[in-house]
Amino acid sequence: MNGIHDLGGMHGHGPINPPPTEPVFSHEWERRIFALFIGAFGGGHYNVDEFRHAIERMDPAEYLLGSYYEHWLHSIETLLLEKGVVTRDELDQKIAALKGGH
Amino acid sequence: MSHDHDHTDPPEDIELRVKALESVLADKGLIDTSALDELIDLYETKIGPRNGAKVVAKAWTDPDYRQRLLSDGTAAIKELGFSGVQGEDMVVVENTPDVHNMIVCTLCSCYPWPTLGLPPAWFKSAPYRSRVVIDPRGVLKEFGISLSAEKEVRVWDSSAELRYLVLPERPAGTDGWQEDQLVELVTRDSMIGVGFPKSAPDNHQQAGA
Repeated sequence: MNGIHDLGGMHGHGPINPPPTEPVFSHEWERRIFALFIGAFGGGHYNVDEFRHAIERMDPAEYLLGSYYEHWLHSIETLLLEKGVVTRDELDQKIAALKGGH
Repeated sequence: MSHDHDHTDPPEDIELRVKALESVLADKGLIDTSALDELIDLYETKIGPRNGAKVVAKAWTDPDYRQRLLSDGTAAIKELGFSGVQGEDMVVVENTPDVHNMIVCTLCSCYPWPTLGLPPAWFKSAPYRSRVVIDPRGVLKEFGISLSAEKEVRVWDSSAELRYLVLPERPAGTDGWQEDQLVELVTRDSMIGVGFPKSAPDNHQQAGA
């Protein structure tokens, strides 16, 4: 399937600007989503092809704006919701509780 | 898309979304948080380009191993104990005086985790993925590398199943060096093809260039 992820040869993405060094993870949430990917994968909730496909199905604008691990979060959420492992309400309630400081 | 909770969450909510997801999965007993902590530690501190450097240094010092590495990368790398997720099917491409190899994953960010660890952000970025396949020499310049016009550049695009590792050229002036000394010269970037190994510090004059 072609799509926004098929970046090879596309013009206009600007310079690479590789930093001399960088940490493995830039934020704590990146650490957590990396581990969640393996944890949920290990639990048999999706395979790697489904995981990648859920990234490829992203809204093109969101894909380009989002960082690598944001893509991962999007994919894991999408797949677990589609498969009924978690529900939107469960996630929303948890987010509300976290916002409320619980 | 018509759902009132689609993808419009602002980026600052990412932390919350991740916490919520982890927490809901933990509540359901679907993940073990302490096991996840171990996984993070493994990939953050233990698995990294030093593994790949050992593979390269062995290939530089052991011609039979080099042969095995180039003909069946997966098996040869496994000999050193490096295998597993994202390294199931490995192809090693060798730099020579005439050929320079580079790796990319244009579609995603496939990368040989067991030998190089997790990829740097630029490897996963749109600028690198889009441009390296049409302007590899321009990309190399951004990494401070200029290749002679005669040198052929080959760019290898990883797939979901298959990962590449570049076997860089052994630095000049390292004759007689032991494997463990050579390991110190192998950089991550030299195994991606956007850099060279470090040069031998005591042999600058002999090495000439």
